[in-house]
Amino acid sequence: MTKILIEDLYLIFGKHREKALKQSREGKSKAEVLSSTGCTVAVTNASLNIEEGEIFVIMGLSGSGKSTLLRCINRLIEPTAGKILVNNQDITRSTDKELLNIRRKEFAMVFQHFGLLPHRTVLSNVAFGLEIQGIPKEEREQKARETIALVGLEGYEDMKVSELSGGMQQRVGLARGLANDPEVLLMDEAFSALDPLIRNQMQDELLILQEKMQKTIVFITHDLDEAIKLGDRIAIMKDGEIVQVGTSEDILTAPADDYVKSFVEKVERGKIVTASSVMFEKPTVARLKKDGPEVVIRKMRDAGLKTIPVIRTNRTFIGFVQLEDVIEAKKKGAKSIEEIVNTEVHSVYPDTTVEDMLPILTETDLPIPVVNEENFLLGLVSQTSIIVEMTGKDKEEIQGIIQNAIDL
Amino acid sequence: MIDVGTYIEHFINWLTANFSGFFDGVNYGMTNFIGGVEAFWVWMPFYVTIALMAGLAFWRAGIGNGFLTLLGLLFIYAMGYWDQTMQTFALVLSSTVLALALGIPLGIWSARSQTANRIIRPILDFMQTMPAFVYLIPAVLFFGLGTVPGAFATIIFAMPPVVRLTSLGIQQVPEDIVEATKAFGATSRQLLLKVQVPLAMPSILAGVNQTIMMALSMVVIASMIGAKGLGEIVLQGISQLRIGMGFEGGLAVVLLAIILDRITQHLGKSK
Ligand SMILES: Nc1ncnc2c1ncn2[C@@H]1O[C@H](COP(=O)(O)OP(=O)(O)OP(=O)(O)O)[C@@H](O)[C@H]1O
Ligand SMILES: [Mg+2]
Repeated sequence: MTKILIEDLYLIFGKHREKALKQSREGKSKAEVLSSTGCTVAVTNASLNIEEGEIFVIMGLSGSGKSTLLRCINRLIEPTAGKILVNNQDITRSTDKELLNIRRKEFAMVFQHFGLLPHRTVLSNVAFGLEIQGIPKEEREQKARETIALVGLEGYEDMKVSELSGGMQQRVGLARGLANDPEVLLMDEAFSALDPLIRNQMQDELLILQEKMQKTIVFITHDLDEAIKLGDRIAIMKDGEIVQVGTSEDILTAPADDYVKSFVEKVERGKIVTASSVMFEKPTVARLKKDGPEVVIRKMRDAGLKTIPVIRTNRTFIGFVQLEDVIEAKKKGAKSIEEIVNTEVHSVYPDTTVEDMLPILTETDLPIPVVNEENFLLGLVSQTSIIVEMTGKDKEEIQGIIQNAIDL
Repeated sequence: MIDVGTYIEHFINWLTANFSGFFDGVNYGMTNFIGGVEAFWVWMPFYVTIALMAGLAFWRAGIGNGFLTLLGLLFIYAMGYWDQTMQTFALVLSSTVLALALGIPLGIWSARSQTANRIIRPILDFMQTMPAFVYLIPAVLFFGLGTVPGAFATIIFAMPPVVRLTSLGIQQVPEDIVEATKAFGATSRQLLLKVQVPLAMPSILAGVNQTIMMALSMVVIASMIGAKGLGEIVLQGISQLRIGMGFEGGLAVVLLAIILDRITQHLGKSK
């Protein structure tokens, strides 16, 4: 179900809005409108649908209009033109009273710099949204305590928020949002002010919470890694315009224009693409006890390979055999390949990233086996497919990356 | 030559002629209010007052300021100016209360409305730079001689700092906190009372402190138009060339000022 529908939304800052709106509608660029009217077009011709229960990420460079668009959704900023439907109701036409009610019941917001009340305790900050709604002290504090536990801040209830670290303050910010039990969470670069480790942890926790809560979340970031990690769908904004909407896969594989492409190139694909997505499954294998040299040679010839993995009958991975060794063994009249298996092989898990596999490339010319926790062979990653994954980079650059990886 | 003086005279005369009922009403109200406050402090035995003030200073501003208050007030009592000091104190107190009652809302208003700010700011500049004595003239014309015109002039003179600092304090509340409050569906009133005023409190209290100090200095000048208290002592000292007496009166004012300053400076700080 569509939770929020945005249609032809425009937001213009400045004095001569009507004139600027007209020009923007005619397709003049942000810079042109600015120089001819002195008005800033923060959002132009934006249309979006945000589905119930999804994490919808809005991404773009600084000044591209992300925050402004987000603030139109709960009308902290009045749109200049266009419609915003929340639950099929156009909130641009709501009265002030209806608007207050929508903000209290429907939305909660989490801010980059937290926006907490420094003179109050954690508990009363978390209860703030409920206090605004006029809910009695006991009831709201009860609810606030539950939410504080949910974000892992038990024991800090009576501390002043100014005494907490940034990460903890943002937990308070998140708890304050959740305490209201809103339908939609609006998060404006909520994790951008945190250091990378804490940030990662908060992202993970948000995902875990979301699993339980199934809220609709609109999340703003200028970091593609974060967008990919969190977003069910991602919208990319440029100069107030929405240039592409899609899943992270769509955006990585088919960037709509050069702007998006430049974004995508900036993230290292190596950090996102994992072994499981580049391996080929069901490779030709040699079974340790069952296949003698003769059979193995035949298999290799059929598959056109000089090296194949060796497994036990229960599919656990052992190592590789090479064609010349097998031929040698056959000449000696060996009945099994046990003697000639090269077991000194580095295997990886399905969620190992391409980047983390780079150092292995330098140690061996063999494909990289992908195994699960029980050491079952799931597939193989060929060296060329790793190189292909580092798109846009030629072999020399890759050599450089490999060198760096080794130096580390 | 533009005869500004004549226009002002006409204007003031027009005001007195047409609004005499209003001024009489204000006069009546203020006479009762200030009279009541004054009667209370003069009636209160000196040792009770000293104990109360020293206790308050000790509680809010620490042991040193507690002692300072105790000794200062005892010294004033010993000089024989207790009643005048209490009259001055009562006038300062009631003028300050009225100045705050007008000034804080004005400050809030000018913080929240551009238009209000554009009107109020130049008036404040005018009020602050106009020599204090000038206020005495319309005060006398509106209210005659005595304590009420003294208080009136004092209020006008002492109000600007609290207006300015209230407005400044509210404007300095971080934008993201204001935004967060609105995002949770706060009404304009909730925003003011739950967020802006509490966060502006240190600034507002600094304004209160300055208003008290300015009221104290004006109350002395207001004795020229018949306000009672320590100002009378100083004025007598000047007119009769009794330097010792003038100095004693001045000293009592200074002591009262220091005590009030110390106490109010620490009022807002949590311990
Ligand atoms: N109050 C305002 N008055 C005038 N112009 C504004 C105002 N707020 C934002 N803008 C302009 O609107 C455009 C969009 O700003 P916005 O804050 O939405 O960008 P953003 O994508 O959130 O950027 P950031 O990543 O830096 O937060 C910018 O050009 C900005 O300068
Ligand atoms: Mg922003």
